[in-house]
Amino acid sequence: MAENRGTGQEKAEHSLPAAISAQRVTKVFGDGKNKVLALDDVSLTIEENEFFTLLGPSGCGKTTLLRLIAGFDQPTSGTILLRGEEISHLPPNQRSVNTVFQNYALFPHMTVAKNISFGLEMLGKKPDVIEKTVGDMLALVKMEALRDRRTDQLSGGQQQRVALARALAPRPQVLLLDEPLSALDYKLRKEMQIELKQLQHDTGITFIFVTHDQEEALTMSDRIAVMHVGRILQVGTPRQIYNQPSERFVADFIGKSNFLSADVLAVEGRHARLKLSSGQEVGAAIPDGMTPDGSVTVVVRPEYTQIFPKSNDAGDLQGVLENIVYLGTDTHYHIRLPDASIFVTRSQNQCKVTEAFRAGQSVSVVFSPDSVQLLRC
Amino acid sequence: MISPIRKRPPFSLKSQPGFGTIAGLCFVMLYAPIITLVVYSFNAGKYISMWEGFSLQWYVAAWGNEAVQDATIRSLYLAAQASVYSTILATMAALGTTRTPPFRGLTAIYAMINQPLMVPEIVTAVALLILFAMIKSLTGIQGMVYLVIAHTAFCIPFAYLPIRARLEGMDLILETAAADLYATPWKTFWRITLPLLWPGIIAGAMLAFVISLDDVVITEFVKSSGQETLPTYMLGQLRRVITPEINAISTLLLGLSMLVVCVLFFIERKFGK
Amino acid sequence: MKNDKLASGPVGDMQRKRTRRNWLLSAPALVVLAAAASGPLLIVLVYSVLSAGEYGGVVWKFSTDAWFNVVFFRDIFDGTTTLADAHMKILWRSVRLSFMTTLITLTIGFPTAYVIATRPRETRSFWLFLITVPFWTNLLIRTFAILEVIRNEGLINIGLQMLGVIDKPIQMLYTDFAIMVGMTYVYLPLMVLPLYASMERLDFNLVEAAYDLYATRRKVLRRVIIPLVKPGIIAGSILVFIPSLGAFVTPRVLGGGKKMMLGNLIELQFGAGRNWPLGAALSVTLLALVMAALLIYVRSTQSHSGSVR
Repeated sequence: MAENRGTGQEKAEHSLPAAISAQRVTKVFGDGKNKVLALDDVSLTIEENEFFTLLGPSGCGKTTLLRLIAGFDQPTSGTILLRGEEISHLPPNQRSVNTVFQNYALFPHMTVAKNISFGLEMLGKKPDVIEKTVGDMLALVKMEALRDRRTDQLSGGQQQRVALARALAPRPQVLLLDEPLSALDYKLRKEMQIELKQLQHDTGITFIFVTHDQEEALTMSDRIAVMHVGRILQVGTPRQIYNQPSERFVADFIGKSNFLSADVLAVEGRHARLKLSSGQEVGAAIPDGMTPDGSVTVVVRPEYTQIFPKSNDAGDLQGVLENIVYLGTDTHYHIRLPDASIFVTRSQNQCKVTEAFRAGQSVSVVFSPDSVQLLRC
Repeated sequence: MISPIRKRPPFSLKSQPGFGTIAGLCFVMLYAPIITLVVYSFNAGKYISMWEGFSLQWYVAAWGNEAVQDATIRSLYLAAQASVYSTILATMAALGTTRTPPFRGLTAIYAMINQPLMVPEIVTAVALLILFAMIKSLTGIQGMVYLVIAHTAFCIPFAYLPIRARLEGMDLILETAAADLYATPWKTFWRITLPLLWPGIIAGAMLAFVISLDDVVITEFVKSSGQETLPTYMLGQLRRVITPEINAISTLLLGLSMLVVCVLFFIERKFGK
Repeated sequence: MKNDKLASGPVGDMQRKRTRRNWLLSAPALVVLAAAASGPLLIVLVYSVLSAGEYGGVVWKFSTDAWFNVVFFRDIFDGTTTLADAHMKILWRSVRLSFMTTLITLTIGFPTAYVIATRPRETRSFWLFLITVPFWTNLLIRTFAILEVIRNEGLINIGLQMLGVIDKPIQMLYTDFAIMVGMTYVYLPLMVLPLYASMERLDFNLVEAAYDLYATRRKVLRRVIIPLVKPGIIAGSILVFIPSLGAFVTPRVLGGGKKMMLGNLIELQFGAGRNWPLGAALSVTLLALVMAALLIYVRSTQSHSGSVR
């Protein structure tokens, strides 16, 4: 609450406690044979005023983590701090944290305005304060005209806005969003992504956003945590996650990737010389916490490569062009390498340029400098 | 470091204070009287107030009582007839009112079928008393036929319910597939619809049987003298001192109902969904 | 019907054939029901405006005496007319006891249904089974069971005497209280089942949302759960209220003829009372009360579903 923020600022500007800090959180559902380890020793710090995304496939534990922060479930072990105060076992109605549910969970027996005022009423705010806040919130999500509608008469997008307004009305310290855009159609989803980001910026409230949609995560987030089977694999900005994936799962889950095996030739500081199986030598930065030796895997994004007709043995890779996939904005070339694996390169289409390649011809591929990434595993 | 595990019970979103206690009391309340009745049917003594040891004497007494034998046979005979007739009628009606686009009169048929569930039994009972008295004085026909018709009528909605539920869960595409494989409508019915419908029909027949067996009010008004069923016999015994013999009969009837509910439950588990 | 314009084409032919088939299939059941359930009700209506025969039955002569007698009492000796106290008392008892029974079953049934609905899915059907078993058990037997519990030599009195709380038995049998306890007992499952059905459908995300928005347990119950399961509350109340109003067996066994309800009064007219028209008029009155309750129910469900759509 406001007092907390005040005391934090008095101490020292930069030692402000993190909005959410999860420390070695483990969550086990069920018992005996049906035991499921939903979260496996997860630690995470989310800063004040951040748009933070938990990204991962379904069943990775992202929603579980969100529910622990909201207070709908309690961790089996570990602690969760909200602005430095432990909340692990506090009931949800005593946490200054609000949730936007995946199915919105709007009260069907109340009007739009009543839904938005619910939290304020429960907090015992004065009627005039409630009235004003509801008005502000309706304006914020552009729903003034529908304030007396019943929520089941609204479209998906409108319900989404009411759910947002309802969760924001009590001005929580942290707003949790559980795949709130998944029920919307593609175009509306794109619009809401921008709007959500703007809303977060305007309100200054910390957003924790759960999604399985990598594009959504990259578009909106300040930082992303990629999760898989109950663990956090990597935390970083969208650029870091995309350009320097630390693990094969991250590289594979976000964007398209080519994986190549290589041998380590030499290590110079945080830089390694590698020899690809094709015989070509490339350089790559070493991710933190890794000491490369022997055989490693590297990742190359299709858009950081270029395809050429084979003239000689130049280029980083040689192979036979097997498929040409025309996608409008760009074209994907599927190349069969000598070791029988497929390598994909991508090039942006130019206006009125006819296809220069045909399936079956021998081609070579050239990587852009620094495009090769070493993977931790 | 892992924080020390707190011994505070976790906050449960679904619980409400006092609800568990009331629910517990509810189950005790539902079963305590029934269990008392069953226990005292095995009492060696004549009075419920004192437990004088285990004995089957009241079962033996009931078994040897000619009036009870007579009423039991009549009850079973009546219930068997009523359940067979009402199930056949209900099955036909269910076939005519499910999986069909709405047609004129459909709502009226529903209302008609469910009407015995809505009208108080006592009203139906006196209505039948009047009607059958008229017919009897006009035609002079006596016998069980009146009871059979009355029971068949009020058993129809109970037989109809599970059959209809079963039919609605059956995909019409199966019959379409049979027709596609050159089956005539009649063959489709015997080879596809009926076999799939059996669990519903059995459930309906059993419900009808139990409902007929349990009926007091309508039977009491429709029966002629000498046509006691078990429930009306038991009601008649109220005027005298109740002996545990009644408890013994009750326990047997209770066992029968329980058996039927268990079988129904099993059918629903096995075939439901 | 909007399909009429198709009626001449082959599609219309098919449809007409189908409708005929449906009617033919339903007809036998409808005939039996008309003969032995719906039709006789009309005869009751006719009988209520006939004159009473001397030894039961009727004389086929129009008379409003029966309806007059439902409400008023004419003294045979001095010819004065007063309100029929006995009838009013019984009518009032029927309505009051039915209302109380509904209230008590709701008070017990709501938490029970809620607890069952919040059990894990696998154990739910077991608890539901326990509710259903008494429901399918003979009503007379269940009433006997209650009799055994509350009579003077019954479980409660014997127990209290053994504990030394009382030295002579409390007379519970043949009172309004006994009838109310009996009806509560026999109709309780009728309250729990529809309540459970609506609670099972309750979206617990909404409960989570309410807690998330700082509601206390009590507020969650009052502001979210109760309004959302209202259809179940109404359905359960109707299912208990209607049979209570027309109860016959329970007041007869537990009221012992001393405390009558409408059903017993009707029986009396066809038995010892020998006033069939009065009995018929009382039956029509009961039917009207039940229909009124049903109408209120239909209205409330329609207004509910109307606002949802």
